[in-house]
Amino acid sequence: MFRIYCPYCGELREEEEFHPKGPAHLARPADPDNCTDEQWGDFLYFRDNPRGLHNELWVHALGCRKFFNVTRDTQTYLIKGSYRLGESPDQARTSGDQA
Amino acid sequence: MSELQTDTRVSIMNQMPEAGVTARSALYFSQAATQPVFGPGQAQVFLWEDALRGQLVIRGDAGNTDFAKGVSSALDLALPGQLSSSVSATMALLWIAPDEWLLLCDLEQAFAIETRLRDALTGHYAVINVSGGQTQIRLAGSAAASVLQKSMPYAVSDAHFPVGKVVTTALSKTQATVRRIDSTDWELTVRRSFADYAWRWLTDASREYGLHLGQPEHNEN
Ligand SMILES: [Zn+2]
Repeated sequence: MFRIYCPYCGELREEEEFHPKGPAHLARPADPDNCTDEQWGDFLYFRDNPRGLHNELWVHALGCRKFFNVTRDTQTYLIKGSYRLGESPDQARTSGDQA
Repeated sequence: MSELQTDTRVSIMNQMPEAGVTARSALYFSQAATQPVFGPGQAQVFLWEDALRGQLVIRGDAGNTDFAKGVSSALDLALPGQLSSSVSATMALLWIAPDEWLLLCDLEQAFAIETRLRDALTGHYAVINVSGGQTQIRLAGSAAASVLQKSMPYAVSDAHFPVGKVVTTALSKTQATVRRIDSTDWELTVRRSFADYAWRWLTDASREYGLHLGQPEHNEN
């Protein structure tokens, strides 16, 4: 079991409360009508499968229902931390969002 | 040119049926079908439905002082922060998410309170009457925490889950918003469609400690 930090609840919670939603920071083609089929196909279907640090989108599905990003090592499963949407991966943390 | 429209116009109605219409709470039939195992003398767990409460979901930006002040003036309750609650004699306001709260009140008062909130709030906010969509299960007694601990992944120790805290988490295979009302008194808000499942789970999980269906008797001391 992972223990994942929710930057909105400000607590480490059990993995059971969360759902993974794929890679973070996916860039949607700015002009879908004029991009190539390959560009659009890459956006819709093709995902990197990196070894090492990976930024992922998760949702606190059974908790506050907010989406946020997690930086996780795909080789060791070690979670470096979480950060809110709009923040950058170097802000990943596992505490400090107490109101 | 176009001014920002801060006037929120929505059509709302009093959802309370007229007098004489029989109300059936979410657990009306589930409770009738459950047999208590022990009488109140031996029971360490007390389970009952806090039936037919008024419930309003309030959404808005906690950082917006007009919103926070509007809510607290309409309810005479402070807008609670992360994982906490504010209570008065007749109401409880629970933090659900950074932009969402759940108000529990008297069902007969829900429409008047909703109207008061709409009068006090402006701009980007939402007030939704969800009274029919979920219910409150109450769990009390010396073994109540043990029942919860085997039902949820969230630790219910005194240090981790003090009185007044509100946590939405997994309850067996469903979801519950858990509020600690007192040291041995808990409130679980569950969706109506999962209420029967949660009730059956809790009655089964309570059996080993001695279960009494109903509130504890307060005449012991
Ligand atoms: Zn959360």
